[in-house]
Amino acid sequence: MKSEGQVRIPSGCAIAAVISKEGNKMSGEMITNAMKPMHDRSNGLGGGFAGYGIYPDYKDLYALHMFFDERATRKNCEAFLKERFEIVKSEIIPTRKIPSVTDEPIIWRYFVSPLKSVLAALQLDEKEFMVRTVTKINTEMKGAYVFSSGKNMGTFKAVGFPEDVGVFYRLEEYEGYSWTAHGRYPTNTPGWWGGAHPFTLLDYSVVHNGEISSYDSNRRFIEMFGYKCTLQTDTEVITYIMDYLLRVQKLTLGETASVIAAPFWSTIGTKKDEEDKKKHIFLRTVFSNLLITGPFSIVLGFNGGIMALNDRLKLRSMVVGEKNDKIFVASEEAAIRTMEPDAENIWAPAGGEPVIIHVKKGAY
Amino acid sequence: MGVEFIYPEFEVIRNENRCIACRVCERQCANEVHFFNTEHSVMVSDESKCVNCQRCVSLCPTRALKIVKSDCTLRENSNWENDTIKEIYKQANSGGVLLSSMGNPRPMPVYWDKILINASQVTNPPLDPPREPMETRVFLGRKPEKIERDETDKLKCEIPPQIELSMPVMFSAMSYGSISYNAHASLARAATEIGILYNTGEGGLHEDFYRYGKNTVVQVASGRFGVYKDYLEAGAAIEIKMGQGAKPGIGGHLPGAKIIGDVSKTRMIPEGSDAISPAPHHDIYSIEDLRQLVFSLKEATEYKKPIMVKVAAVHNIAAIASGIARSGADIIAIDGFRGGTGAAPTRIRDNVGIPIELALAAVDQRLRDEGIRNNISLVIGGSVRSSADVVKAIALGADACYIATAALLALGCHLCRTCQSGKCNWGIATQNPELVKRLNPDIGSKRLVNLMNAWRHEIKEFMGGMGINSIEALRGNRLMLRGIGMTEKELEILGISHAGE
Repeated sequence: MKSEGQVRIPSGCAIAAVISKEGNKMSGEMITNAMKPMHDRSNGLGGGFAGYGIYPDYKDLYALHMFFDERATRKNCEAFLKERFEIVKSEIIPTRKIPSVTDEPIIWRYFVSPLKSVLAALQLDEKEFMVRTVTKINTEMKGAYVFSSGKNMGTFKAVGFPEDVGVFYRLEEYEGYSWTAHGRYPTNTPGWWGGAHPFTLLDYSVVHNGEISSYDSNRRFIEMFGYKCTLQTDTEVITYIMDYLLRVQKLTLGETASVIAAPFWSTIGTKKDEEDKKKHIFLRTVFSNLLITGPFSIVLGFNGGIMALNDRLKLRSMVVGEKNDKIFVASEEAAIRTMEPDAENIWAPAGGEPVIIHVKKGAY
Repeated sequence: MGVEFIYPEFEVIRNENRCIACRVCERQCANEVHFFNTEHSVMVSDESKCVNCQRCVSLCPTRALKIVKSDCTLRENSNWENDTIKEIYKQANSGGVLLSSMGNPRPMPVYWDKILINASQVTNPPLDPPREPMETRVFLGRKPEKIERDETDKLKCEIPPQIELSMPVMFSAMSYGSISYNAHASLARAATEIGILYNTGEGGLHEDFYRYGKNTVVQVASGRFGVYKDYLEAGAAIEIKMGQGAKPGIGGHLPGAKIIGDVSKTRMIPEGSDAISPAPHHDIYSIEDLRQLVFSLKEATEYKKPIMVKVAAVHNIAAIASGIARSGADIIAIDGFRGGTGAAPTRIRDNVGIPIELALAAVDQRLRDEGIRNNISLVIGGSVRSSADVVKAIALGADACYIATAALLALGCHLCRTCQSGKCNWGIATQNPELVKRLNPDIGSKRLVNLMNAWRHEIKEFMGGMGINSIEALRGNRLMLRGIGMTEKELEILGISHAGE
């Protein structure tokens, strides 16, 4: 059987997210529990979480979460990292031995800062340098895999059911202002830790439920800009698209949503606001290869907010609810009720309608 | 006779019981195959003149006629085939270059037929085109690499000139001269009604057709016939024709006999003078010269029209396309070696160039490797025969397809491959007024519209099956394709996996 990255792997899934608009901290326990009622949406071959605001003591450093197959790989990789970064802290990510999660790789994290001299020599800004470094490790360094690389955020993922993965990583010990979660139902993977989701790049994390039909069109386009889709999963290519549109092209979240879940031409044609119409025609024409078709519901996490988005036909379930300062997103309402039994205003966003939540300025 | 004799290729079979000697066949055949024998009051035929265009068969009111391939053959020989031997006889007789029309008929690999298309099952849903919107609209032209914002942070929405097509198909270049006025009228009217473009070819634009300008690609070829300011401004796009799939590296020659009346006026050359298109553009001997012509045309039209560059698919097409993409051109059109023609030297047509499927795959990948695929649109032609071919071409990486033979078939062409004679009984490849009027543009354009509507329906069904509701999500989506019966190398070039993988 081919391993992940050698073959494209479709999968169904469960997703959930919670965010406090006030920036109030929540432990990872709530989001872990939210995955329990959606147990049947996963098949035990992957679960994961992303937490934002969880490393306040190191918030100006990039937190690299890494898997290694063996000690020698880690040693080699650390030598490589030292050439490029000041490593402020390196440690094993604490885990809990439980029977439902086994065969773990070596799981390590580093809080790093790129060396100014290296940045100057390469004439790159910090983020672009991080992206290239992560891509280099993940494509060239056999046995080493960076699965999280943002500031003051972190991804935790494993082969197993998501509710078990949360326990494994002791998420109740972390405090974050926003969390996203993913349970995976891949159809043909042998199960690989790196293949679990969320998929992240810098502080962008994506959890996704669906199987996009535009995959290869999107992949072949985005790979023109230095990205390498090594995992051949939807989530990976969506994350790169997000990074390209938001960071490289500097589109807004709303504009990005209008590219990947573009309104139909017939809808654009009937828009009364001429400026809005022009903008949509522009975005669809220029970024036509980044339109994503086929079913998807995604939550994009980033420092200070989330964006939830469905494909334009709404071929996957996704509901949103709220209570006080919190907004909840999940594949099923049951997950929201687990997090907040009294959640209000539960609604299903229309296909292509982005739900963008920002944390109050200064609160994260 | 004697050594010069070649037995006729076809036999005219007339069912005497059905023939009522109405003489329709006689009137319809410009080749003068049929005639009436007054002595015996029967129809007879001279099959040596028959080209098997099926005109008489189609119009015989009693279905008394059929044309069959003659079974009088030379002794079988797998090395020296009948046609090969007869061509030698012809050349020994005439001392001339063999001429042919339409696309290469030889049994070369047709990669379209070795590619299979995907459909959704279980893990994602197929879509019903009647129920869900299915978008086939495409924009051809250069896309900006970076977005820009004004001082109020609003997106600057100006983009280089684009061609908008309601579906990813255009009618390919066929000149007025090589085809008739009515054929052009049919193409122009159909393109306008469908919301696509047709192409003038190198013969200029008849004054009657300027009103279809929004749906016209005006061509600038090496002979520069009919090119002047109004012509350039008339079209939606300008195409520089560097080459043609049926005859790469070869110019064109429309004999003076056909340069009469409006054809002469439209081409802007004197009546009776031969219209010679040189093999190269004599102002383009290199890629930097092409860049100059591209920008000359842009200057002449104030940067309002996309510039297309059409080339034949030849061995190093990927490198050539890369050069064109960096020349300032907005669209590359690549014509494969099975592409049609009004007349080409047979040996060139059948032996020069490469299949469009391979050329397309190589060019698309090369432009992506260089990171410039979004800077230019890619149009391919050279035997796109059906909606399935279109879907496969888009999935391999094309933005749109050019069709010409399929369009002529819709107009009545029966692919007898004798366009060069100018005696087209279907009123298409002829300037004989009696023949031209057989093609009614009202009916012709309607049939073209029907064909395109039928293809559009089929394209939507393919897309729906794949769970794709917009054509751009199919573009370059090679995972939707699998090869069958191909070598590793062929699959590698096409960038697709084998069926079962």
